[in-house]
Amino acid sequence: MIDLDFQIIQQLGYIFSAMLFIYGLKMLSKEDTAARGNLVSSTGMFLAVLVTIVEIINPLLVISAIVLGGLIGSLFALKVKMTSIPEMVALFNGFGGLSSFFLAWSEFNNLTTSSLIMLITYATVIIGGVTFSGSVIAFLKLSEMYKGGSNFLNLASRWFLIFSLIFIAIAGLQIIVSSLGIYSFNFEIIQKVFIALLIISILTGLAFVVPIGGGDMPVVISLLNSLSGIAAASAGILLTNTALIVAGCLVGASGLVLTLIMAKSMNRTLYNIFFVGYESSGSSSAEIDGEIKPISAEDAYLVVESARSALIVPGYGMAVAQAQHVVKELGDLLEENGCEVSFGIHPVAGRMPGHMNVLLAEANVSYDNLLEPKDINPKMDTVDIAIVIGANDVVNPSATEEPGSPIYGMPILEVHRAKTVMVLKRSMASGFAGVQNPLFFKENSRMLFGDAKESISKLVAEFKD
Amino acid sequence: MEIFLLLFFILVLAIFLGLELISKIPSTLHTPLMSGANAISGITLVGALSLDTGSNIQMILAFCAITFASINVFGGYLVTNRMLRMFKKK
Repeated sequence: MIDLDFQIIQQLGYIFSAMLFIYGLKMLSKEDTAARGNLVSSTGMFLAVLVTIVEIINPLLVISAIVLGGLIGSLFALKVKMTSIPEMVALFNGFGGLSSFFLAWSEFNNLTTSSLIMLITYATVIIGGVTFSGSVIAFLKLSEMYKGGSNFLNLASRWFLIFSLIFIAIAGLQIIVSSLGIYSFNFEIIQKVFIALLIISILTGLAFVVPIGGGDMPVVISLLNSLSGIAAASAGILLTNTALIVAGCLVGASGLVLTLIMAKSMNRTLYNIFFVGYESSGSSSAEIDGEIKPISAEDAYLVVESARSALIVPGYGMAVAQAQHVVKELGDLLEENGCEVSFGIHPVAGRMPGHMNVLLAEANVSYDNLLEPKDINPKMDTVDIAIVIGANDVVNPSATEEPGSPIYGMPILEVHRAKTVMVLKRSMASGFAGVQNPLFFKENSRMLFGDAKESISKLVAEFKD
Repeated sequence: MEIFLLLFFILVLAIFLGLELISKIPSTLHTPLMSGANAISGITLVGALSLDTGSNIQMILAFCAITFASINVFGGYLVTNRMLRMFKKK
């Protein structure tokens, strides 16, 4: 019923859509072409769907599902606050995995006797299932609905991971052995093994992410992002569909690059993040000399007002307080006052890669004012005042000064070398890493306690008086 | 069997291409990159469209696969567009 000519047109369509995806990603490497790159990429998607939808068998089912998904997706996209983007990305990672999971499950019902196809089906189900349930936990942790596992749960999770790996290995081995013709087993057994795999893949995802702490979330959602792509590519091999393979691999590679960048920025190996965690990676109880010097908003104003150069360092606290707009206002007032203002953005500040950049872009901060540690650290001695807003571990001098510290060696923003440091903080609680921060005790540090948004609003009000 | 080797070949090339492309993206744009990747991973929509819908269970599975993939496609591209329009230079 589908003639050969049409299949050729379809394949050509997939090739063209792959080109559009690739070109779209290429355009994403420059801020001023990025928005058009997204448009190019979406055109690629439209084309791929268009050449596929022409031959569908069940139009009612397909159209109603697309309309439903499209409505839900659009609603998410238009309603979500910029501070909640990490949660949304985590959830969408999960949906991507879930879609591949269902794909492979459905294909299982058409199973032929080929053991290779069976192995690919298993792989797709496992990767998709792990991505889905892992992402749900990541989503719950990011939106602070679930804090993380107890010690018992963490331990149980690790044992479960080992157990499930053994089970998967046995199931895979069975397929290989039966395909070699040593013995054959009937479809009923295969079905039971498959159902067990469905359940195990979901539970493995839970066991994988439950023990991982909130501070490691940038790594976790990058990795889950990657897995959602790999699941799609795996489904592509199963369905012998080139569009799925190419697009899936691009996503898989993207997530992988981000995962490695994040791990490097925390100076930790992936093994350490996923299987050890901070709590057991050695702790330092070095005494910290010096004392905390709290400062009032009025005094803070006097310090800020006399500065000729300022560096603003935002962290997760700025996102929580939704303070990006007042931060931008403060920056503008400082500039009017003849002060040179720039922003120091650490790669792991916030809960996902690039989180701070999006928030500041939302508040209309020019992107060429956003500097990475390697750009700003050499100039740190000339900075009159560094204003740290809800960031902690990324400005912890232990990383450069204290070889015994768990975060030693992590690249930081070296604000302690600025002439004065003002730290806006809600309380003296330590950061995600659970490590005390000697920055707060330094001679040149001043602490402005309170909600970041309120504190900065007070500063802004002082400026206007 | 040959077809799978060919597909595997495409897979390997695409991964290397992806690594090259992505490592050139500045850290400023990493968040939109991730949400854009969410949208691209919605490519499973294309696979889901060609699923068999013979039995009831297959119908349900296809419906779910299409719905979740569509959420990613629409939501991913829209939210990425929303973010990227905010990136401005003075």
